[in-house]
Amino acid sequence: MSGWNLRDKVCIAGVGTTPYGSFPDNDSYGLGAQAMFSALDDAGLEAGDVDGLLVCRIPSYEQFALMTGINPQYSLPVNMAGRFSAVSVMLATQAIATGAAKTVAIVYGNNGRSNRMFYGGGEGGAWNPWGMTSPGATHAMMYSAYMHQFGVGTEPLADVAMAFRKHASLNPDAMMRKPITFEDHQSARPVCEPLKLLDYCQINDGGVALILTSAERAKDLRKPPVYVSGYARHDVFDQAEPRLDYWNPVLSKVASEVYARAGISRDEIDGLMIYDNFTPTVLFTLEGLGFCKQGEAPAFIANGTLELGRGRWPTNTNGGHLSDSYMQGWGLIAEAARQLRGDCGARQIKDARAIQYGCATNISTSIIFRRD
Amino acid sequence: MAIAMPQPAIDPWNKPFWDACAENRLIFQRCLETRKAWYPPSPVSPFAPRAAWDWIESAGWGEVLAWVVFHQKYFPGFGDRLPYNAAMVRLDEGPVLVSNIDAPNDEIRIGRRVALCFEQRGAFNVPIFKWADE
Repeated sequence: MSGWNLRDKVCIAGVGTTPYGSFPDNDSYGLGAQAMFSALDDAGLEAGDVDGLLVCRIPSYEQFALMTGINPQYSLPVNMAGRFSAVSVMLATQAIATGAAKTVAIVYGNNGRSNRMFYGGGEGGAWNPWGMTSPGATHAMMYSAYMHQFGVGTEPLADVAMAFRKHASLNPDAMMRKPITFEDHQSARPVCEPLKLLDYCQINDGGVALILTSAERAKDLRKPPVYVSGYARHDVFDQAEPRLDYWNPVLSKVASEVYARAGISRDEIDGLMIYDNFTPTVLFTLEGLGFCKQGEAPAFIANGTLELGRGRWPTNTNGGHLSDSYMQGWGLIAEAARQLRGDCGARQIKDARAIQYGCATNISTSIIFRRD
Repeated sequence: MAIAMPQPAIDPWNKPFWDACAENRLIFQRCLETRKAWYPPSPVSPFAPRAAWDWIESAGWGEVLAWVVFHQKYFPGFGDRLPYNAAMVRLDEGPVLVSNIDAPNDEIRIGRRVALCFEQRGAFNVPIFKWADE
């Protein structure tokens, strides 16, 4: 792939996550710091080894660096939207590959639950005068068009919710572990139809941090390196949301690059991490990235395709945003690394060698991670 | 007193749109190079950013592209309307609005034709739609 030469140059060397839940006596600085020191311990590094810092959803990178004793040669905050988790991995990879920094901590801290962070309502929304608000409603609108275009109902969304809940039941750290049935999904309280409660992610407080460094340095650290083998990103801002193309064209562009850049074919991928703020995005992402044709995701996932131990494409093995916790992609990327190290216990994908992350939004991304 | 409805955030570009709504008119910007109209209002044409643009008045006819029904109360002003619909409507001139259909939710169908009407919500006269054939 001309112009892109970052294959396997940078690795995730440390992974840290806090417990998720309601922590009103903590904040995003505290949660981020807890996650970062856990990731540093995991890598066998100290704060003084970190010379690059990206923070997400932590208000001040300066304050965070001051608190944690980091004096980087490279630092920046990224926007709080979930699409910036993969973007953070990409920025850190670029910083390391270009020599801007040697070891980068990317740190996410979120106290949205205790902060009474509501997604929807509030001032200034483009469609407020019509009562149209919230990311969930945007996805409900898209799925309304999808149902009509492809002649399906809400049943496929149950397949997504049930699969991820099953995975959460195998994850002792997940927030929602009680298995759910098809009837549970269908009879749940409607929030913004066609979406109901079990189509929505879990808002919690928590922190996630990753330590990235060059492949060369990662080999000498405590844990097996997880390679950032390849990634692709395409942004699309050509119309107001909700957009009724399900991000299919932009995801197709991402798919056309990510495998070639990683040097790993789709057939070699052992598991998926798909940004699941709401169940429909999983269908949109599978189609956009080319796992099935457009309109065919409902049939594609109908027989446990996404379920660990059952289907070809075990997806969101930690329970995802729907059942583990909405850590805005960060938790899914941490899970990808843990799967590739074989650290996942009852939810381990057997002999996982390559995991693909994907996120369908106006900044659509995919990253392929691999182990040695 | 009625609880306040959410109001639009007025900026230099959408002010003419809302001023026209106050007179029961729906207007859109139109690119003079491509002759295409767009929404939301903006400083430049998204189709040809260096082209001039003007305002055109919509005839008020369109069709439903997608729709949802809110059961969750996000805005106090919509509380007594629950469950209320929101629908994406493509006007015949091209722009798409997310609006409301003044009809029972179970009558809504994608592709159904709609006609413009207005409803006063707080300080603003808000463009909504009714069935075209009624």
